[in-house]
Amino acid sequence: MLQKIYDWIDERIDITPIWRDIADHEVPEHVNPAHHFSAFVYCFGGLTFFVVVIQILSGMFLTMYYVPDIENAWKSVYYLQTEVAHGQIVRGMHHWGASVVVVMLLLHTLRVFFQGSYKKPRELNWMVGVLLFFVMLGLGFTGYLLPWDNKAYFATQVGLEIAEQVPFIGDQLKTLLAGDSEIVGAQTLTRFFAIHVFFLPGALFALMAVHFILIRRQGISGPL
Amino acid sequence: MSEEKQQVSRRQFLNYTLTGVGGFMAAGLLISPIRMAIDPVLKPSSAGEYANVGLAVEDITTEPQRVDWKIDQVDGWYESKVSKSAWVFKDDNDEIMALSPTCTHLGCVVSWEGNDDHPNQFYCPCHDGRYYKDGTNIEGTPPTRPLDLYDHKVENGMLYLGKANVRGEA
Repeated sequence: MLQKIYDWIDERIDITPIWRDIADHEVPEHVNPAHHFSAFVYCFGGLTFFVVVIQILSGMFLTMYYVPDIENAWKSVYYLQTEVAHGQIVRGMHHWGASVVVVMLLLHTLRVFFQGSYKKPRELNWMVGVLLFFVMLGLGFTGYLLPWDNKAYFATQVGLEIAEQVPFIGDQLKTLLAGDSEIVGAQTLTRFFAIHVFFLPGALFALMAVHFILIRRQGISGPL
Repeated sequence: MSEEKQQVSRRQFLNYTLTGVGGFMAAGLLISPIRMAIDPVLKPSSAGEYANVGLAVEDITTEPQRVDWKIDQVDGWYESKVSKSAWVFKDDNDEIMALSPTCTHLGCVVSWEGNDDHPNQFYCPCHDGRYYKDGTNIEGTPPTRPLDLYDHKVENGMLYLGKANVRGEA
């Protein structure tokens, strides 16, 4: 049955080469943990991606209950945590995943750094990776405010003051982030929500695409 | 089934194990989000609660009168008062009837003798829908079923109304 559906589509639009391009590639012996157990360090990039997938999925489901409004944000999170079946688990996935993704990102970066995998011709992918790291930190920073509890509020207060320290444009930058020159409030929350669920994920997907395409074009760096 | 031994090729074996492990991981990942998403469907409905509508039973006549009351509605994290209304009267058997004023055509609000041309009937101004006193829709007007009927009970001489129920075609 599935084979027939696949054949029907493939006959018309020839999709086999598309997934072959994605799925068929050489995995050299030196990155295969089955040959050398120490090759598990090559898994960190993939694990980062896996956790990112968890973040995207759990985040999508969380927005079914979350409201980005100072009156209701905390209440909706509280409702989700206490009244909705498995709500606690889904928020837990997103909460802990946010930390795990940064840890994985760091381990991946360390592997690339200490193996010298960033060297020519892979400098560009290192740069894209650094951008990905910043985007991920931005996601962590903006997501932290969304529950609108005391910790979130004061952490954001501090974060905005850090942004204010930027030379020359600090004040404007802070206002741009907070939506108001003095208040951390309604407009800050909606702004952070928009950045957290639309702008940064958009940037994240684009950068991840570039990151993966470059890996495929350049292949995995050789053994030490 | 053929008698000869079915050989599982190395590729098949890998396909099965990888699909199995992948499916297990995907299921583990999705089970909680999906359970959370379908939670509203699985929550028990809050039906069966009666509210005092502020009308003494002795004041109910055979003439339909409109009663308005408010209920506390809990909508997730949002609590509010919601207005409800009903047309209440005693029918020929001295039974209390409380009809929902929501027209069964497209949901406008009907009123008793709302049109001078149609005495002793409920009238809907939107599309000239009409109902007899017992709420039965009049053949040839837009509504397709009778007005909904509220569950009711009497306590300490006061009228309590519950949920409005759909009635089949009379």
